Amino acid sequence: MNCSESEVLLHALIDGELDAGHARDVEAHVATCPGCAAKLLAFRAMREAMASADLKQAAPAHLRSRIAAALPLPATQVSAEIITPRKFLQPSRRTFFGGFAVGTALSAALAATLVFTVFTHDQEQTIADEVVSAHIRSLQPGHLIDVETSDQHTVKPWFDGKVNVAPPVIDLTAEGFTLLGGRLDYIDGEPVASVVYKRRKHVINLLVAQRLGAEHANVTDRTVQGYNVRHWSAGGLDFWAVSDLDPTELNEFVQKISTAFRGSPS
Amino acid sequence: MMVSDINVEQDRARRFRDAALPHLDDVFALARYLMRNAADAEDAVQECYLRALRHFDSYRGPTMKPWLLTILRNVCNTEFARRGKQEMPTDFSEDEFTPEQPLLWQESQASPEAALMRQHDDDTIRRLVAALPHPFREAIVLREVNDLSYQEIAEVAGVPVGTVMSRLARARSMLRAAWNIAEISMPGSVS
Repeated sequence: MNCSESEVLLHALIDGELDAGHARDVEAHVATCPGCAAKLLAFRAMREAMASADLKQAAPAHLRSRIAAALPLPATQVSAEIITPRKFLQPSRRTFFGGFAVGTALSAALAATLVFTVFTHDQEQTIADEVVSAHIRSLQPGHLIDVETSDQHTVKPWFDGKVNVAPPVIDLTAEGFTLLGGRLDYIDGEPVASVVYKRRKHVINLLVAQRLGAEHANVTDRTVQGYNVRHWSAGGLDFWAVSDLDPTELNEFVQKISTAFRGSPS
Repeated sequence: MMVSDINVEQDRARRFRDAALPHLDDVFALARYLMRNAADAEDAVQECYLRALRHFDSYRGPTMKPWLLTILRNVCNTEFARRGKQEMPTDFSEDEFTPEQPLLWQESQASPEAALMRQHDDDTIRRLVAALPHPFREAIVLREVNDLSYQEIAEVAGVPVGTVMSRLARARSMLRAAWNIAEISMPGSVS
């Protein structure tokens, strides 16, 4: 490989777009050519500087609303429908069981499962919607974090007395998820701890509360308004992770958080 | 019949919102680098979303973001064509950053330069990117700001992947040159 070939290919190397064979060729050339080695180093440094710089100016709020207003509005988008689901779940189930005395035991059981599923689903959906709203709110300028730090030992005590749980604050910086800080949020009228992370330019809100939605030992996936949402329960806590990060990376985040959480004394 | 038409339309609108609105920041970011002024960028973004909605039925994936960025790019190009050449986004001064000048390759001691690379603040970097000539600016923004793969950049810009690679190489070389000049012209930045 000569320098002019290497000059183009080393960018593909930096960008992770090179197959193993070509990557080896470029690396072999760079190892013997001080000129290309210097370029590789400089371009890598430049790429890192650009990745950590805030080059993406967020769309202003007035543009967002202008576009939302210009698009046809679905009739189902009514916020008045937000009822606190936990309060309406129990009476509905009681009414249901009371009214079903005439049915056979089998169909009752089947129907109960069905109704329960439907209600659980509704409740989950409502909470998921609120979680996404909280995430979008948090992205507005100045709303993301109440306590700004990359130090997990500062974030954790800050939540003391503000929420009724001690949320795990796990430092994943080494794994590519930067800890930005913490925020107090409200979901379903209850205070919720949000631990805020960042992957490249993508913000991840990890909301933690004692009970927030149905208990799920396994991670449930959903997409709300294009945001990826993950919910799971562990150690008596409910976790909701929300981000515009792509699904694979968000799953990786969830995986790392739950592994670290299981490993930590609680 | 009427009712089901409305339902279909509403369902479509909802699917479009869910799929397209989360990418607004990306679309705006590209518009900002292509159009140079915030008001024009906002108009282009709005036009892009309306056009995308009109063509949403023909959208087959694979991913929404490059599709929207392609539309945005077309909107911007149409606008440039309408305004005529003098409004082309080339307020980049050729004399100021001449990429091919040997200054670029003069310093072979790599580590001090790498250290300098990290010292620019966000504004300076944005300014340097904005100063690149159009096709190179577009390529580097799609890569570094919009986070697209080479294949996706090729689709958005309508050029082969090989062209994307050479444009990125040129873009970074120019940036590197401009970067070093900006460094020299910033008094007191090196201690």
